[in-house]
Amino acid sequence: MTAPAIELKGISKSFGPVQANKDIAIRVMPGTIHGIIGENGAGKSTLMSILYGFYKADKGEIFIRGERTEIPDSQAAIRAGIGMVFQHFKLVQNFTVLENIVLGAEDGALLKGSLSKARTLLKQLSEEYELHVDPDAKIEDLGVGMQQRVEILKALYRRADILILDEPTGVLTPAEADHLFRILEGLKREGKTIILITHKLREIMETTDTVSVMRRGEMTATVKTAETTPQELAELMVGREVLLRVDKQAATPGETVLNVENLQVVDGSGVERLRGISLNVKRGEILGICGVAGNGQSELLEVLGGMRPGKGRVTVNGQELDLTGAESDARTRRRRGIAHVPEDRQEEGLIMDFFAWENVAFGYHDDARYQRGVMMNNDAIREDAEAKIAKFDVRPANCWLKAKNFSGGNQQKIVIARELERNPDLLLVGQPTRGVDIGAIEFIHEQIVALRDAGKAVLLVSVELDEILSLSDRIAVIFDGRIMGERLPSETDERELGLLMAGITDTDKDHSVDEIEENLAHATGKAG
Amino acid sequence: MDKLPKWADVALIPLINLILALIVSGLVVALIGQDPFEALAIMVNGAVGSTYGWGYTLFYATNFIFTGLAVAIAFHARLFNIGGEGQAQLGSLGVALVCLMVPWPHWLIALPVAILGGGLFGAAWAAIPAYLQATRGSHIVITTIMFNFIASALLVYLLVSALKAPGMAPESARFVEGSHLPTAREVLGAIGIDFARTPMNVSFIVALLACWGLWLLLWRTRLGYEIRAFGHSDKAAVYAGINPVRITMITMLISGALAGLMAINAVMGEQERLLQDNVLGAGFVGIAVALMGRSHPVGVFIAAVLFGALYQGGAELEFETSIPREMIVVIQALVILFTGALDGMVRSPLEKAFLRFRRQPDKPGVPAE
Repeated sequence: MTAPAIELKGISKSFGPVQANKDIAIRVMPGTIHGIIGENGAGKSTLMSILYGFYKADKGEIFIRGERTEIPDSQAAIRAGIGMVFQHFKLVQNFTVLENIVLGAEDGALLKGSLSKARTLLKQLSEEYELHVDPDAKIEDLGVGMQQRVEILKALYRRADILILDEPTGVLTPAEADHLFRILEGLKREGKTIILITHKLREIMETTDTVSVMRRGEMTATVKTAETTPQELAELMVGREVLLRVDKQAATPGETVLNVENLQVVDGSGVERLRGISLNVKRGEILGICGVAGNGQSELLEVLGGMRPGKGRVTVNGQELDLTGAESDARTRRRRGIAHVPEDRQEEGLIMDFFAWENVAFGYHDDARYQRGVMMNNDAIREDAEAKIAKFDVRPANCWLKAKNFSGGNQQKIVIARELERNPDLLLVGQPTRGVDIGAIEFIHEQIVALRDAGKAVLLVSVELDEILSLSDRIAVIFDGRIMGERLPSETDERELGLLMAGITDTDKDHSVDEIEENLAHATGKAG
Repeated sequence: MDKLPKWADVALIPLINLILALIVSGLVVALIGQDPFEALAIMVNGAVGSTYGWGYTLFYATNFIFTGLAVAIAFHARLFNIGGEGQAQLGSLGVALVCLMVPWPHWLIALPVAILGGGLFGAAWAAIPAYLQATRGSHIVITTIMFNFIASALLVYLLVSALKAPGMAPESARFVEGSHLPTAREVLGAIGIDFARTPMNVSFIVALLACWGLWLLLWRTRLGYEIRAFGHSDKAAVYAGINPVRITMITMLISGALAGLMAINAVMGEQERLLQDNVLGAGFVGIAVALMGRSHPVGVFIAAVLFGALYQGGAELEFETSIPREMIVVIQALVILFTGALDGMVRSPLEKAFLRFRRQPDKPGVPAE
């Protein structure tokens, strides 16, 4: 029997009182794709960071190809043949592909030799594995899918035969993801070992040979993918049965709440982010906006939420909003009955160094009921915070804890509690479940649907197609600052939405992956 | 989980920093052939060993409280106001104008007007850099420090022209009698306590009120809430409908006003005339005071008293030993360096020590969330 490519024994790691990894054991056989799945915060990334030398384990041993190996830093990991593709690419934007690949692995002070060597190798690799990239293109001109390939090539150039990919499809369209998995299959055939970290069950089911499930820092199971089901994996991840689809009644839309006509946004550096968007959301309806990140959906939420100026005509309940003047701020928007769950809760939705109770008043801190004369009525805020924390099951239920000390899901619950409990006419919600564990996802989805059922309008922006498909009553696809089309969730599928997200409207035709990617690179190059 | 317990953050780190500064200072003193322990004894005794020492210590501390609070409130909005020096100089001009223009019948009437004058002038001096930062993005560190030089030049100009009193010295006429602030000796003497003749005066009480007022402002009012929110994340502030330009302006106006208030202690309380250099670096000491005091009014108060003691002790040391004046500046600089700038040097090892100390091997770990 061959030795496993990687074997971890008894790996434990804690950060202060938080045990991120607890007695982890795992064996990955060479030439296989091994999935590691778990909720956010389950300890997947910590484990991989230990393997890549970013953290040192408190306890435990690492064996590479049967040999005990110490990995004190990433240089040692590279020497041991481990390559890592991070979720956030580590590329120099204004360098060419070739320069990025060679960076840090140059043969000497003069670049010429390494560059021509890399060029030959790159040609060979791209033929072997379908990893086509123009070696002389600048990174900033490439789409995310291409950039990811450069990351993979970087690892291969450093002779990695064990490749770790951390949430590789987070930024990809379905078509790009499919291409990525074909590349991984090719690498596997050549005998490379691949570890795929993800929280998406579908990817695990489609691509891996074996899968390990992590929950709360522990490895709860390792199973052969062929012998398991998504339902079983989900249960192992969460520790109980979960609904993978949102339970909701058909929508009964009423009169229009939000009406947007020809909305345009130009950002600080003069780039057009929205190029004339028109849409409407009715009472009792969820309109989902899907698109690849960076195509204008963030700007749409920000301009509606009063965070940036825009041009065009926007009405809420028939009254026109001021898009540029003194009344265009977020405070006025809230008074108009617009609540906003922002895409980035850590940078925008919460003050991480404020206590939970202070955050419950955030944005509504000038509310009359929070005032006592010229002072703020902190008692009233705390009372309100405690009620909201109880109602939305924020854990731990301690309003004297700072926002940064809650998990992602509970941070999001604080934001959701604050915004939803205002009973707004219109809810703007961006990436409601990004970085949120499955248990909390269910809860948050239920709350959004409940708001809809109470006759409110919801504008949902998400890069998760699953979320868009299961929550929305209507779907609008955004691409390069324009709405490419609207679809009903019952009459569309991921394939069609994926093509629209890539800017292709004649979705009945067959399109090559390269054509889609070219389109996308164009869009993301401009937008990002 | 915060990495350090609160008491370690607010008390232990400054204490370790202070001890390190004293050790290095001791080495320096030993290097020039003096006995460091004797020097320390002279300093401590000179600063807090008599009512005379206390009077001077708290007089200096009053200056540092005002400039320290000025830096502290700016820190809360993540603005680095290093123009306390210039704002205090302009404040002294405001106070002097108030005290020269009107024949005040009683200090109780003169003081509120002087506070207004000093505050307004200080605030006005901070307003220009604040406006440039808020609307044009000119970095406030650069503009405030440049304004220090302009303030200094402006004062010199006025003291050799419009405000110059007859005589050779570039100084203003003496303030009117009715603007004299009661000193600690006068106040305490009235209730039968004997206190040495020092410049310490009722401004100290104003400084204490300023500490309390700033605490109220920051943690009990909407404006304070908005200042702190803006300081933590400007993107979040925009999300919450907080106007960044407004907050930057207001914060800097308050900051400049606090720095300007220093003049009621130094100029109105002690010198009783406008001198060319009446701030004497207190604007910069305020930065160290705010850093050491963690930008909290109580911390600022404690740090200001400590620096006041250091100033007074240093003066005694110069008087009683042959340690040159420059060496005393070195010692003061070392304390500022360790408590202000080298905070991180102590912090990170201490955090590691606490993590190790907390990790109980047999205690079940809290799952990662």
